[in-house]
Amino acid sequence: MDLSIAALLAQDGITNGAIYALLALALVLVFTVTRIVWIPAGEFVAWGTLTLAGLQTGVAPGTLKVLVGMAVIAGLMEAWGCVRRGQAGRLPRRLAAWTGVPVVVAALVWWLAPMQLPLPVQVLLTLVTMTTLGPLLYRVAYQPLAEASVLVLLIVSVALHFTLVGLGLWFFGAEGSRTPAFSSTSFTLGGVNISVQSLLVVASSLALIGALALFFGRTLYGKALRATAVNRAGARLVGISPDFAGALTFALAALLCGFSGVLIGPITTVYYDSGFLVGLKGFVGAIIGGLSSYPIAAAGALLVGLIESFSSFWASAFKEVIVFTLIIPVLLWRSLTTTHHEEDE
Amino acid sequence: MLGSRAAFALFVAVLAVVPQVAPAFWVTLGNYIGLYSIVALGLVLLTGVAGQTSFGQAAFVGLGAYTTAYLTTKYGTSPWLALAIGMVITAAVALFLGFITLRMKGHYLPLATIAWGISLFYVFGNLEMLGGHTGMSGIPALSFAGFELKSENRYYYLIWAITLASLWATNNLLDSRPGRAIRALKGRLEMAEAFGVNAARLKIVVFVYAALLACISGWLYAHLQRFVNPTPFFITQGIEYLFMAVVGGAGSVWGAVLGATVITLLKQVLQDVLPWMFGRSGNFELIVFGILMILLLQFARDGLWPWIERIIPRRMPPPVPPAEPLPARDRATRAGPLLEVRKARKQFGGLVAVNDLSFEIRPGEILGLIGPNGAGKSTTFSLISGAAALTSGDIRFRGESIGGAPPYEIARLGIGRTFQHVKLIPQMTVLDNVALGAYLRGGSGIVRAALALDGAEEARIKAEAARAIARVGLADHTFDAAGSLPLGKQRIVEIARALAADPMLLLLDEPAAGLRFLEKQELAALLRSLKADGMTVLLVEHDMDFVMGLTDRLVVMDFGEKLAEGQPADIQKNAAVLEAYLGSVV
Repeated sequence: MDLSIAALLAQDGITNGAIYALLALALVLVFTVTRIVWIPAGEFVAWGTLTLAGLQTGVAPGTLKVLVGMAVIAGLMEAWGCVRRGQAGRLPRRLAAWTGVPVVVAALVWWLAPMQLPLPVQVLLTLVTMTTLGPLLYRVAYQPLAEASVLVLLIVSVALHFTLVGLGLWFFGAEGSRTPAFSSTSFTLGGVNISVQSLLVVASSLALIGALALFFGRTLYGKALRATAVNRAGARLVGISPDFAGALTFALAALLCGFSGVLIGPITTVYYDSGFLVGLKGFVGAIIGGLSSYPIAAAGALLVGLIESFSSFWASAFKEVIVFTLIIPVLLWRSLTTTHHEEDE
Repeated sequence: MLGSRAAFALFVAVLAVVPQVAPAFWVTLGNYIGLYSIVALGLVLLTGVAGQTSFGQAAFVGLGAYTTAYLTTKYGTSPWLALAIGMVITAAVALFLGFITLRMKGHYLPLATIAWGISLFYVFGNLEMLGGHTGMSGIPALSFAGFELKSENRYYYLIWAITLASLWATNNLLDSRPGRAIRALKGRLEMAEAFGVNAARLKIVVFVYAALLACISGWLYAHLQRFVNPTPFFITQGIEYLFMAVVGGAGSVWGAVLGATVITLLKQVLQDVLPWMFGRSGNFELIVFGILMILLLQFARDGLWPWIERIIPRRMPPPVPPAEPLPARDRATRAGPLLEVRKARKQFGGLVAVNDLSFEIRPGEILGLIGPNGAGKSTTFSLISGAAALTSGDIRFRGESIGGAPPYEIARLGIGRTFQHVKLIPQMTVLDNVALGAYLRGGSGIVRAALALDGAEEARIKAEAARAIARVGLADHTFDAAGSLPLGKQRIVEIARALAADPMLLLLDEPAAGLRFLEKQELAALLRSLKADGMTVLLVEHDMDFVMGLTDRLVVMDFGEKLAEGQPADIQKNAAVLEAYLGSVV
């Protein structure tokens, strides 16, 4: 391997790593606020790509059907909850939020889809669709079990992963999709060829991470989520609804994952079931961060990207093996430095 | 009426008849259900009972299958030797994975097993010597002593014999000394460790046990199919095994068989029906599986087995037969106090919770440790019981230093304890809960327990537990689920559990908290009668009325320091104590 190949691999690794970093952040966010190990994050990545690919060809993506279906189920659940608690007066507002908004979003995207609008608008539509889907998923699958153990929530995640993969095959078909690159130009810097696409991926990941940092540091809602992550019961006592925190977390996480999907689309062909492995690579990053530290998780994800890139050069058949066995030394190190184990009921 | 034995006999009879009367397709399904049940059984123990989980069981199945496939085809090794080698490899991998994850919080094991499951799949698929993605064929059929298992029907009997044997062993295990400890792993770690259970080690052992069951299933699978490829060992199948355990009911060994049956049949039906419903083929059963699973967890988290269990009536268990008592502790009296706390200090950062506290407990007395909220009573309790480490100072029990010793060492020396928030295993009987107290007085391990070789010791432990239950006056509740008793009785069960350990000193952490007046009176009467038998008791309490009539001496704490010490009547008149409790009298 000479320097130019190394530079190329590093560039690939950093590009992929930046995408995994978004995922790792989403996973840490979801885990700290809701205790959910969010296995289906990968499906949101794949659906992000496939939704954008649908919009590219001027077809209303299957995601919209899922969106409307979930909105109806969420509406029914809200209605049942309000009736059972004798709070029928709250129902109109809740229905507007849980069913009305998603249906309007779906209708808008469905109406705009055939117009084949410019790429940035399509990206925006994709992100709006995915971000709306996140809270619905939380409402329907997780919220009724919000107080259950981490283990039960994890099994729900896995079940949900199965369901979403099945739905993905149904709505997107078995064929893979690739979305066009944002830019096909490249330039040479110090003898190394750098593609503008890679720069755009890294820059937009950084921008999103920066926006997230601002959200958590400066806004009331961001602080509310941080408070929930630190102490759920305490946050509840000062008026932060855990249901709201969960929904908001899933909106943000869905946005991050959907955005990863948009970024990964031009790099690799995405199939309905591609999300699982991509999501797990995000998990490797998140585990390096102990499912609690954002910066270490992001750095870990970058490391995963680099290792993947270099191992695909040296031992491409064992690329996945190498990436996933990476967590063994990480866990070993964590285990040896953890002095106590906690009661986890 | 159908008893549980009759139900079991009927089940075995139906199993035995199936290959004789049913079409071959049913035998094939039966074979798979048996193979899956063995794997799901391991998960019932791991997930349902011990509260850990693994998505990587399919990879252990693969390890068993590939080991035998490789050794028997390449080297002509005997399948039985290959099984042994496969089990050794599996145990080594499981030990390693368990070691690196099980000391941490519960979600690291499942995540590590996902990574392990995926990695092994790609290793199988990419190694030339294992046939890559096409797999390996030509695996010989099993034979014993010249009798070759040529047909699926013959395998059927072998598979189900092994399945039933695994069920028998696991059931034995659950009703044994290590089994009670395993049942405490789910959410009762602190309690289990206080009675001498090495929780981290036991978790690893359970994980290895589950992995070995999976390995055996894989070995059977390879010789049944005579062919292996990587697909059935992917993480998807690993997840399906977990679904089986959860659907069946992860709390009972029969849940494994039920879950394996339901999922296998459901999958068969769905694969036929769904493509027809949707008008094209696809993985539609995945959608249905996922949704069913989520509904099940939302509405019936204990799975399907409890519903079937309700149909099978339980016979009232016979009274516990008397048995030779377990060896008792040497109670030779020695001069001096039983327990001495010498300048014990506990700091949390800048906060001094216990500030150079000294007092002693004399043999045969009931000593009350009282004080207002935040005085440091509970921290002192934790220091004595080993739940928290001393910052400085020393604690001596019968002249021997126990400062810094782990909880199980302190239990071994003869200090029994109860918990401020009752820590019983609610679904377990009072008898089993109390028997856990005698954990350190027995020695049977997993293997003896699984093979039912621990009968004599088990009878003695049960008799000892029954004696402790009778001692505290709860004999009528021996076979009730501990969680079904009112709080007052649960507190008394905790005392019985502590007594089962044959302690010389009993530490009670706010035993009267939350009790009604009559319950408090019963508790006081029990403590008095224990004292009359020579038991020494340390009572941490803030209910003044309760301690005044009961204790011989009181130690009063405030702000981490000893405020006063003496007879209850003197303490009641002590000005400093009155000020601490009621505010200063101007």
